[in-house]
Amino acid sequence: MDPNLITPFMQSVQNVFSTMLQLPVEIGEPAVKADAATTYDVSGIIGMSGDVVGAVVLSFPKETAERIVALFTGQDTSPEDEDFADAIGELVNMVAGGAKGMFQKRQASISCPSVVIGKSHIVSRPKGVPCISIPCETDCGSLCIEVGIRDAAADEEVQSQAA
Amino acid sequence: MKILLVEDSKTMRNIEKSVLAQLGYTEVEEAVDGQDALKKLSDFQPELLLVDWNMPNMDGLSFVKAYRQMNKATPVIMVTTESEKARVVEAIKAGVNNYVVKPFTPDLLSQRINETLEKCKAA
Repeated sequence: MDPNLITPFMQSVQNVFSTMLQLPVEIGEPAVKADAATTYDVSGIIGMSGDVVGAVVLSFPKETAERIVALFTGQDTSPEDEDFADAIGELVNMVAGGAKGMFQKRQASISCPSVVIGKSHIVSRPKGVPCISIPCETDCGSLCIEVGIRDAAADEEVQSQAA
Repeated sequence: MKILLVEDSKTMRNIEKSVLAQLGYTEVEEAVDGQDALKKLSDFQPELLLVDWNMPNMDGLSFVKAYRQMNKATPVIMVTTESEKARVVEAIKAGVNNYVVKPFTPDLLSQRINETLEKCKAA
């Protein structure tokens, strides 16, 4: 996958967490993720369409998500509470929105976010779309960004050149 | 001053409400999307609107276009993750007076609210 489509997510998560939560994020080494199961129990999921197509998942262990939601909302919130999903959804919205604004020569739209909570749940990806997992460390615990997107505009250019 | 928040995220509405309260604005009505906002306009008659872009049912841009058919004067600030220049231009063409990109600090939102109200007062 083009690094120009991955780096913006690293910069965006740092920007969102430092601005909204005053929480520094240390970025680890991105790696290809082969399996479909999300890394952790709480997923904020957002779709991308346009020149860049796919989905982005902000994946948290439950305890980390609880600490981060408490920082964001200013109160302890149970994962069963709808405010918990609202906060996680807004975080992935800001991370994906910020990242797409940094894409070079690519226009993308984002969907409204969804939130899934549960052990070893699976977020299906279309065939042929690679997923890059970006590990992140914070004082609230670990999380990761799973970027499963493809450069549809580049694919179209290749197809039109081949035709 | 009566302020209408049009934002699908309760978390963000609460953050915006707390910034508004710090500025002394407590007469705030909330709408969860553009459709909900259109329903609340006639009863509430806002003097300032803070509008998100990406929302279910009716997005913020469609709402602003519809609102500007009815009201040309009341200031609207778009508060959104949409940061591309083309999007900002699109929003301004639709009738948005000012623009705040999420994530934002309370200071930045306060500054944009104050400058928007001052510009509208001077006009």
